Amino acid sequence: MTDVPKFNKSPWVVHFNCNSCNGCDIEFLACLTPLYDLERFGILHVGNPKHADVLVVTGSVNHRNSRVLKNVYDQMPEPKVVVAMGVCASTGGIFADGYNVLGGVDKVIPVDVFVPGCPARPEAMIDGVLKGAQILEAKHSGKTPLAEKNVITRTPTPVAAPAAQEKGASHA
Amino acid sequence: MIRRNTIPFGPQHPVLPEPIQLHLVMENEKIIQALPAVGYVHRGLEKIAEKKDFIQDVYLAERICGICSFMHSQNYCQGIEELMKVQIPDRAKYLRVIWAETHRIHSHLLILGLLADAFGFENLFMRLWKVREQILNIMEKTTGARVILGVCAIGGVKRDITPELGEYVLRELDSVEKQLPELMDSLLKDYSVKQRLVGVGVLPKDKAHELGAVGPVARASGLRMDLRETGYAAYGDLDFKMVVGEAGDCYDRTMVRVKELYTSLDLIRTALKRMPQGPISVAVKGSPPADEVLARIEQPRGELNFYIRGNGTRNLERFRVRTPTFANLPALLHQLTGCELADVPVIAICIDPCISCTER
Ligand code: SF4
Repeated sequence: MTDVPKFNKSPWVVHFNCNSCNGCDIEFLACLTPLYDLERFGILHVGNPKHADVLVVTGSVNHRNSRVLKNVYDQMPEPKVVVAMGVCASTGGIFADGYNVLGGVDKVIPVDVFVPGCPARPEAMIDGVLKGAQILEAKHSGKTPLAEKNVITRTPTPVAAPAAQEKGASHA
Repeated sequence: MIRRNTIPFGPQHPVLPEPIQLHLVMENEKIIQALPAVGYVHRGLEKIAEKKDFIQDVYLAERICGICSFMHSQNYCQGIEELMKVQIPDRAKYLRVIWAETHRIHSHLLILGLLADAFGFENLFMRLWKVREQILNIMEKTTGARVILGVCAIGGVKRDITPELGEYVLRELDSVEKQLPELMDSLLKDYSVKQRLVGVGVLPKDKAHELGAVGPVARASGLRMDLRETGYAAYGDLDFKMVVGEAGDCYDRTMVRVKELYTSLDLIRTALKRMPQGPISVAVKGSPPADEVLARIEQPRGELNFYIRGNGTRNLERFRVRTPTFANLPALLHQLTGCELADVPVIAICIDPCISCTER
């Protein structure tokens, strides 16, 4: 554990369950409990998005929860990072063909870190959150975030409407 | 002065792990009506199942719910096996019971932990989840995965438990059992915990029957219903004893779950001891299913129903899922009416809601 980055701030995490099968959720909860213990990095799980720096999303987005997800995201203070846990949150995963599924979380809000796996293993999740915390740190200090892809546009990309129509058309 | 307010509860809520929304109509502190608003986790799984091959659907069924994943695939496989008239080897039946019961233990520990968290006993939550990790270790050692196992297949199972692994499982189970009494005492005997559970969210026996409650919710109200009594898979040979409560309040529901932990531990031990030698799967031959079947199984939360209809092609014609939480929702709404706002999290968690599988 030598290369664990040092943080100047302790990043607080809020978790939102979009459209997941619960597999990723309980694995993320397991990260918070004694065996994996995310709190040893100063990471705290909070319920209120207004207190949080890191948004952890599990599961894909659908027509109904995309609005709630965006609400939660908008309520978080800047700077903030989003970590998509599991393939569902990254691309839609096994449910990508669903008539109700828009796809990965990046269809609605900008995502900084994608964690693969179905469900992602707790070790991978911890890694994902730590990467997110590093990006957060970089954003705090005003430095350019790690990779071009990770740059968050201030205004979240307008979503749902065009994406939903495309999806609807292809299914019709 | 009586004031009427409507409070939306969820879908993203600090104490509620599941994305369900309840509209609570309040009169001062009392709830006079609770209305659920669903759809936040609807994935259209039943339709996806029709697009995929019926063999691939095993993996899809497993992802209906990540907590009782194995049981979903087991139920699906049992349904298809019944349709295709496949006789699976006895050893596979025992192995299925072992994994199903490990799932029940981890699911009960999980919900007891969340319950502890809901009434503000975080220490107990952490300790219960620590014990749960040992159960997950068993699953990881025997199948290679922690929550979604992927070991159930049509015609049997995909992995065997060798004698050495069996020894390991028994050792872990003993260690789990040693840690349980202390934790369970804090759940069942602690004065302040009892204040939060006894007499809260009462569901009388006749109401439970009338509203169609299933699983621990029904059993805590004194209804004797547990599908394991019917002896599917290998349960018929394992001296299974049902746990029933009587008061139908949150305390009895907790107690039923606690006692079921011990039943499950015993079931796994007996299954490991009595497991016959032999193959773990058979090759499935014949044309794809062309008939319909209603597959049933007892999940940690109650009775799970799958309706499967094939049409002779590789795609199913209809796949319908009725999960236990769906059956328990009317009972939850009944319990919420007349209770106080502060009790909502405890009552909601006590039915062990699994919204992801309810909305599919
Ligand atoms: S990635 Fe897999 S385990 Fe996670 S929510 Fe999706 S289906 Fe479930």
